[in-house]
Amino acid sequence: MYDKGKIIAGIVIFLILITFPIWYLTAHSQTSHVPQLQAAAGNECVESTSYMLDNHMKLLDEWRTLVVRDGNDTYVASNGQEWNISLTGTCLSCHNKAEFCDQCHTYEGVTLNCWSCHFAGY
Amino acid sequence: MNAVYLVFGIIIPYAALFIFVVGLVYRIVRWASSPVPFRIPTTCGQQKSLPWIKSKKIENPYNNAGVIGRMALEVLVFRSLLRNTKTELRRGIQKLVYKDSKLLWLGAFVFHWSLLIILLRHLRLFVEPVPAFVISLQRLDGLFQIMLPTLYITDILIVLALGYLLLRRMAGAQLRYISLFSDYFAVLLLLGIALSGIFMRYIFRVDLVSVKELALGVLSFHPSIPAAGIGLAFYVHLFLVCTLFAYFPFSKLVHMAGVFLSPTRNLANNSRMRRHINPWNYPVKVHTYQEWEDEFREHMKDAGLPLEKE
Ligand code: HEC
Ligand code: HEC
Ligand code: HEC
Ligand code: HEM
Repeated sequence: MYDKGKIIAGIVIFLILITFPIWYLTAHSQTSHVPQLQAAAGNECVESTSYMLDNHMKLLDEWRTLVVRDGNDTYVASNGQEWNISLTGTCLSCHNKAEFCDQCHTYEGVTLNCWSCHFAGY
Repeated sequence: MNAVYLVFGIIIPYAALFIFVVGLVYRIVRWASSPVPFRIPTTCGQQKSLPWIKSKKIENPYNNAGVIGRMALEVLVFRSLLRNTKTELRRGIQKLVYKDSKLLWLGAFVFHWSLLIILLRHLRLFVEPVPAFVISLQRLDGLFQIMLPTLYITDILIVLALGYLLLRRMAGAQLRYISLFSDYFAVLLLLGIALSGIFMRYIFRVDLVSVKELALGVLSFHPSIPAAGIGLAFYVHLFLVCTLFAYFPFSKLVHMAGVFLSPTRNLANNSRMRRHINPWNYPVKVHTYQEWEDEFREHMKDAGLPLEKE
């Protein structure tokens, strides 16, 4: 091998960079951390739990369009139940923002700007 | 069913990462074992010579600093691609014309930087707590704040750039002629990865909490398939990514490491300042004039030939 010093230095830098998540996880020892969500009030969400888990932002988008574009503030869920459309009034009446929404979003590194306008004194 | 998830969620990713790392290190060591007996830098500017002749330090580097500068510009902004030219037969004037072709540079630049930003953003799925720079990058990338989930600029750019790079190969006759299976495969694979990721984000959404659980398990060497299960779209995306990683060391994509070992880029043009000895040189037996004269001195004297040393 020629230029041994430089080649080995290069390989070591490459290995450190590529294994960054492993070092970082070990340093913070949070490998099995999962968000501990506060239980919601009520016994059913607007849609099924699994749908909400994956698609709640799509539902909120739909809600926003219904209110802002169509002037319709009632949402009929797939099981026929009617909901008054309101991010703060409906979602947060059952869910706690800090203990529910934020927990998950911090874990996933999601930053929402919704709360800068939608405010309900949480 | 569980066994299938085990294979696609844990075994294949480990295997792909292993092949990627070991394969890349192997390729680097192989390259480093080939001697580069003389300097073959491509030089595009005045060489350093006399002090009053202005030299180009980066176009024609003569020391390590110049080489590092040139390499950094090459790796970060693909500077030599800016010199890309295109040859075309102009029917009207019946002549070959050479012209600048900067579009390739633009396509490559946009693609590679989008890829890097997307990979860095993905760190939010692999590490806990999420580092601040990942969040900032994500905010910057989602600057437009349109759609929910937020539209990322790089998602649009990477698809446009890869689409261009693919069409470029198919549109021109010359390029189509020299394009091989592996050229198309690399672009299509990357396009498949990007599109599957985008589809997963906007249409077939999956539960990211379970994704992160799986990723953290794999990276901390305590892998387990999350109980909640993850949508099929995720496994499609992950499998394509694993294919890319496993294919990487055997393909032209190793230029990621190879660019640093290109002799035309990483050698200083200092052949006139330093003597570079060919590493496989063996001592050559020489017979100098002086020795020759010593050998034949008497005969030369007899014949009256001029001698350097009496
Ligand atoms: C710039 C301020 C602003 C931001 C940021 C914002 N909204 Fe809104 N939103 C509004 C306004 C104004 C309305 C209209 C309220 C009305 O007509 O009653 C609205 C209405 C809505 C509605 C329907 C009515 C209601 O009260 O819930 C939903 C749902 C909604 N927004 C969701 C969101 C989500 C989700 C986000 C974050 C991604 C968001 N908004 C960010 C200003 C904002
Ligand atoms: C009537 C009360 C109620 C309302 C209103 C409500 N939820 Fe829920 N939500 C629940 C319950 C109950 C669950 C199920 C928890 C479970 O299954 O463990 C749930 C589950 C969820 C989940 C999945 C979390 C998990 O633990 O898997 C999300 C995300 C969610 N809700 C978001 C929302 C959003 C966004 C809104 C507003 C559009 C909303 N919820 C409105 C009661 C409600
Ligand atoms: C089970 C975890 C979880 C819970 C609980 C949860 N979210 Fe989310 N939410 C997510 C994830 C993950 C994303 C990111 C999706 C992505 O980036 O693809 C997200 C994204 C969003 C987005 C879109 C953000 C963007 O800009 O892309 C909105 C709006 C949102 N959540 C609102 C809420 C609200 C309101 C609540 C509480 C009622 C809530 N979420 C509770 C996991 C959760
Ligand atoms: C070469 C590597 C990869 C590339 C080029 C790539 C590309 C993409 C792209 C373009 C998206 C669209 C959304 C975005 O930009 O964030 C995406 C989303 C996603 N990718 Fe990847 N990806 C790669 C590796 C991985 C790996 C290894 C995982 C495994 C955990 C993964 C999991 C995901 C998930 C879960 C999403 C959806 C994110 C969301 O909904 O916000 N990706 N990917």
